[in-house]
Amino acid sequence: MSGLSAPPTVETAVEARSLSKSYGDVPVLEDVSFGVRRGTVFALLGGNGAGKTTTINILTTLIKADGGTATVAGYDVAARPHKVRGEISLTGQFAAVDNRLTGRENLRLIGDLRHVADPAGTAASLLRRFGLEEAADRVASTFSGGMRRRLDIAMGLIGSPAVIFLDEPTSGFDPAARNEMWRTIRTLAEGGTTVFLTTQHLDEADELADDIAVLHQGRIVARGTAAELKKLVPGGLIELAFGDDETRDAAATVLGTSSAPARHEGARLTIATDGSAAQVARVFAALEDARIEPTEFSQKVATLDDVFLKLTGVEGGDDR
Amino acid sequence: MTAIRHTLYLTWRQVRNFLRQPWFVGLSLAQPILYLLLFGALFKKVVEIPGFATDSYITFLTPGIVVMSAMFAGGWSGMGVIDDLDRGVMDRLLVAPTSRGAIMLGRVTPQVLTILIQTGIIVGLALLVGGHFAGGWGGAAVLIVVSALLSIGVASLSNGVALLLRKEESVIAAVNMGLLPLLFLSSAFLQQNLAPRWIQDIATYNPANWAIQAGRTSLMTGPGSSGVLSHTLYLLVFAVVCTWLATRAFHSYQRSV
Repeated sequence: MSGLSAPPTVETAVEARSLSKSYGDVPVLEDVSFGVRRGTVFALLGGNGAGKTTTINILTTLIKADGGTATVAGYDVAARPHKVRGEISLTGQFAAVDNRLTGRENLRLIGDLRHVADPAGTAASLLRRFGLEEAADRVASTFSGGMRRRLDIAMGLIGSPAVIFLDEPTSGFDPAARNEMWRTIRTLAEGGTTVFLTTQHLDEADELADDIAVLHQGRIVARGTAAELKKLVPGGLIELAFGDDETRDAAATVLGTSSAPARHEGARLTIATDGSAAQVARVFAALEDARIEPTEFSQKVATLDDVFLKLTGVEGGDDR
Repeated sequence: MTAIRHTLYLTWRQVRNFLRQPWFVGLSLAQPILYLLLFGALFKKVVEIPGFATDSYITFLTPGIVVMSAMFAGGWSGMGVIDDLDRGVMDRLLVAPTSRGAIMLGRVTPQVLTILIQTGIIVGLALLVGGHFAGGWGGAAVLIVVSALLSIGVASLSNGVALLLRKEESVIAAVNMGLLPLLFLSSAFLQQNLAPRWIQDIATYNPANWAIQAGRTSLMTGPGSSGVLSHTLYLLVFAVVCTWLATRAFHSYQRSV
């Protein structure tokens, strides 16, 4: 349908073109397209039932799309699934570990199946890296939830896959565990691995992702960086308070020429910016030039929540 | 060759899994002992029916119990698949560059270990309580081979059912509905020519009966007896076809995750 037919390049780790999938008469994905640049973190953001897991299942060769094409690491997922499997790993929503194997044995098994050069050494170094050395030779059924999840992630790193798929990697985590996972994901990305994650948490996408696609009811409703998405809603408001109304008016006059529309409220002035530090700095520079000193300053930055709500209309929006 | 290596890795996983459930190991080994002694006592006088070829029911029953235990051990194999599906372990294996055939074989070949141990225990106990097996070690070896082939075939079907239906209840129902009739439509408990004609007819096409006939003949008279080779070959075909069918079930699973 879309005229996009350029061949995949090595710079594109994942490319989806007009993917569609239905279960029976129920469409789950419709015309889903996006690209993931190599070595970046990509977040597919959406609520329950948006189609995130279905998208991941198609990209990881677990299921076939009804329409559209997708490539991962340059290979078509439908035509060359075995090649794709050699380049990826999938860590699903549940810690997929074998309860009756030890931590070490779980890692060994995947290392063996992926033909890594030194499965035992790989297992040992991953156990060390994920703080599982002490528990290494206990069966996984004795592990705590956090340990199982760490083991799960470690299993996904074996064989250094080019693209790592993480389906809701922090769902059900407490804040400490979530931060730990975020650190792990950032480390992966710094090492050059492409990370494809799904999340329903806007702060997570904001925190981790270079690029975000918002999936809602099986459709991509927005794509871009966190900053680009935030521009979709009025945001970056700054509020200044002044000693009296005259000072405020003087400030309004000064800023009226150098900045976006402002709003008056008592001795306060609210100014819409693009949220960038540069623009905020310009506001203060202009005030300083005019020798006007605000008594208070506060800032309200648009969050991805605002974007999500506006795009998906989940809370009072009119988008769909 | 990759597929063979993968099969070995996954077989080893299953074997370890099995050995780490001491209660399960204990029960699955004790159960056939119970059957041998209970059925043996219950039907003791069956050998007095005119035309019965042996005078020791324990001797007659032993291969039947071995095959029955092997078949049921295979039948429950699908429960492990359900467990792997629920935990996401199956998806991880499917997403790894592993052949589907190896994933299936790695699940069914560990049956051989169970059968080896079970057969040793059952035959050993039968000898203690008065069984006599003229077929000797060779006869026992054939019994193990045919039981293993039957078990691999049944385990594959069970795994296929698990992949298609994805519920423990379905596997339990399939095992009970499918395997019990196979057992009663065989010569496990009663000499074939003493059963009603229609049961004899069905038994001709019953893989469980192939295993029992081949196993019993070779255990009682020797591996070279007539019918042993042909029945063993039928079972080999049965095992291969079932494994192939079950591997096909992955495609169906992957269409409908």
